[in-house]
Amino acid sequence: MLLSLDAATVRFGGRAVLDAVGLDVAEHEVVCVLGPSGSGKSTLLRAVAGLQPLSGGRVLLDGRDQAGVPAHKRGVGLMFQDHQLFPQRDVGANVAFGLRMHGVAKGRRDAEVGQLLDLVGLPGAARRAVASLSGGEQQRVALARALAPRPRLLMLDEPLGQLDRSLRERLVVELRELFGRLGTTVLAVTHDQGEAFALADRVVVMRDGRIAQTGTPLEVWQRPADAFVARFLGFENVVEATVAGTAADSPWGKLPVPDGSGQGSRTVLVRPAGVRLVPADQGLPCTVAARTFKGTHVAVHLQPADGPRLEAACALRDAPAPGARVGVEFDVAETLVLD
Amino acid sequence: MALPVAFFALFFAWPVAAIVTRGLKADGAWHLGRLADVVTRPDIRDVLWFTTWQALASTALTLLLALPAAYVFARLDFPGRHLLRAVVTVPFVLPTVVAGSAFLALVGHHGLLDQLWGVRLDTTVWAILLAHVFFNYAVVVRTVGGLWAQLDPRQEEAARVLGASPLTAWRKVTLPALAPAVAAAALMVFLFTFTSFGVVQILGGPTFSTLEVEIYRQTSEVFDLSTAAVLTLVQFAAVGAILAVHAWTVRRRETALRLVDPKVTARRPRGAGQWALLAGVLVTVALLLVLPLAVLVRRSLDAPGLGYYRALTDADGGTFLVAPLHAVWTSLEYAVAATAIAVGVGTLAAAALARRDAGRLVRGFDALLMLPLGVSAVTVGFGFLIALDKPPLDLRQSWILVPLAQALVGVPFVVRTMLPVLRAVDVRLREAAAVLGASPWRVWREVDLPLVRRALLVAAGFAFAVSLGEFGATVFIARPDNPTLPVAVARLLSRPGDLNYGQAMALSTILMVVCAAALLVLERLRTDRTGEF
Repeated sequence: MLLSLDAATVRFGGRAVLDAVGLDVAEHEVVCVLGPSGSGKSTLLRAVAGLQPLSGGRVLLDGRDQAGVPAHKRGVGLMFQDHQLFPQRDVGANVAFGLRMHGVAKGRRDAEVGQLLDLVGLPGAARRAVASLSGGEQQRVALARALAPRPRLLMLDEPLGQLDRSLRERLVVELRELFGRLGTTVLAVTHDQGEAFALADRVVVMRDGRIAQTGTPLEVWQRPADAFVARFLGFENVVEATVAGTAADSPWGKLPVPDGSGQGSRTVLVRPAGVRLVPADQGLPCTVAARTFKGTHVAVHLQPADGPRLEAACALRDAPAPGARVGVEFDVAETLVLD
Repeated sequence: MALPVAFFALFFAWPVAAIVTRGLKADGAWHLGRLADVVTRPDIRDVLWFTTWQALASTALTLLLALPAAYVFARLDFPGRHLLRAVVTVPFVLPTVVAGSAFLALVGHHGLLDQLWGVRLDTTVWAILLAHVFFNYAVVVRTVGGLWAQLDPRQEEAARVLGASPLTAWRKVTLPALAPAVAAAALMVFLFTFTSFGVVQILGGPTFSTLEVEIYRQTSEVFDLSTAAVLTLVQFAAVGAILAVHAWTVRRRETALRLVDPKVTARRPRGAGQWALLAGVLVTVALLLVLPLAVLVRRSLDAPGLGYYRALTDADGGTFLVAPLHAVWTSLEYAVAATAIAVGVGTLAAAALARRDAGRLVRGFDALLMLPLGVSAVTVGFGFLIALDKPPLDLRQSWILVPLAQALVGVPFVVRTMLPVLRAVDVRLREAAAVLGASPWRVWREVDLPLVRRALLVAAGFAFAVSLGEFGATVFIARPDNPTLPVAVARLLSRPGDLNYGQAMALSTILMVVCAAALLVLERLRTDRTGEF
């Protein structure tokens, strides 16, 4: 394993920001840590970089314990959330900084800076002032700077956090291609699931300093480990229910669940696509509370007579107007018993 | 951290300890009763009373005259505003003896007022008060005006829209925001005037004496070292109290205020009221700040053919063993050495203080660093005199003694200038450099230094100006055959005769020009932040 965290713990005051986290990252793997703000994901990166001392546990790089190894000797790269480009240096000098620190001769340095700027799509920008760059350009320079000393592990803290949506979507694809081509090992953190799923080979969901779930993007998306992960991924239809056989008794009435689901008191998730609208005299009677346009479909928010609201995904032309009375039926293929 | 601590232990704590011992210990036993004995002596009581009330009066007068100016500089836009701001600051960095001589030339015997109307103020307390205003005008204008200029005018506008009259809006919105800055400035002025030495020494004559002057008198004229030591302790306690209150108000000042770029808050004066205010401030500045200096220059030119200046090159004047002009070189040499020491020690201290993880102990050191500034130069000089004159550390014969004392006074300025800038450096920039492979030393060189280079130059300029003008400490320890400029001026003034007087004016003028030049360079370098002075 290139990077191993072994029960890594960081406490601020009495609070454990990182609580006995165990995590392995293999060479050439792109791992994305996903979690809401305050879940400890930035602290995780800082602990690996050597910027945040551990209160307990170990960080190992290539199997060697990093306790007592200062940040500048760990050989990892870190791209900061707001880039932290050196304001008094131009683009080229920012990118060359790490090379200079590693004693690379000037001639080779200039050549490598040129290559890196080509690589990140800013050819010939070496003499530009940092202040003159747009947000996306700053992000590219920060990336080139982090890549320059060829770190064995590149860490990205909310790499695209401050950029606008369309730019973000384009850059995610670029980053993904770039890391694949260079074979870089990457540990990134983000609070944006779309970003994490697009970027990562493997996703690690964090909650309150602990790992809630790890898996490929598809696994995590298809089988959220618990109600927290499901809600964090944006699923609203999560209820407590009592499962018996292939039926679950919930505030929304009887829900069909797949064969072989866990039995007893459970949390049940129904994806919006599994909430089917039927005429008002059938199924669970609901009132349409609101609807929001989602581009490819409309999310319809439904208020049943009893129990929490439901979200249904509806084709654009079929969406009922707010106030309309409808019935709801549930599709077993989109229903999942968690835990 | 180790070097600044050692520096202060050796050249500040130890001399102070020596003063305590000298004052309260005799024949191996402590005599704490001596404190009470000295303080209750009628003559000393008079000194204490005068020190306090003149400081209060000076502070009140300064606020009265300078607060309107703070408003004018902050909120009114007029041609020559920046030049005028620089002019107002000149007195603050001028040596006290220059101010003393300037006011002597204005209101003293054969002074301008004496010649015009037969009015002499040098025997009254007014000369001292006016000179104190002259000095501290800039403290108020810069501290209060600096904040005022950055207060968001939209806050007042918001109050107006909510139904407040202009006066109410000012009273309820602007005044509460300014109050801590006014308090901090007032305390600073009180501190400077409470420990005033050069001004009172020159203008006070035999009648008026502050604690500081009395300490000097007891040491060098009465030779009663233990009384001087006790007085030093009294002053020490008073200054400590004032600094504690000041630190408290500064902390309050840091409460969240919405600050904006000062450039956008100034408006052209409108209406008779604002024009009158502007005119009033301009007249005050002209009469109080510019006129004394103009008279000083004029007096120095009184002798035909620059006679006073030519006399400075002449060693036969009898006042010194060397030509007075020699003092210029001595002063410059000392100032360079003192600046180097102050910048070195001060930068290290500021770097240690700026660390985010600095503990309580280190932050306590911050307050300690301010002490030499307030504890008064005379204390420093006196302490050096009695502490560093015997083995293991006998520096009495060494030229380094004077720069060391001056550096001690200069370090707080260096720390005050560097600290806000160092604190403003984003920690994550340093972390970014560390992750890229920079060792802690390289981080400082590659990240901090380029960002603070200007502040460093400003700090050096301050230390240089302080050292050039330093009088209180230097007068104790400068060797008679090697006086600095201020010491030479004071000595010339203390002798009778037109030639001595004229030479003092000429030397003062030279000193003023050097200091003003240093200041103008500083103003150009100064970052847009107001700093802490």
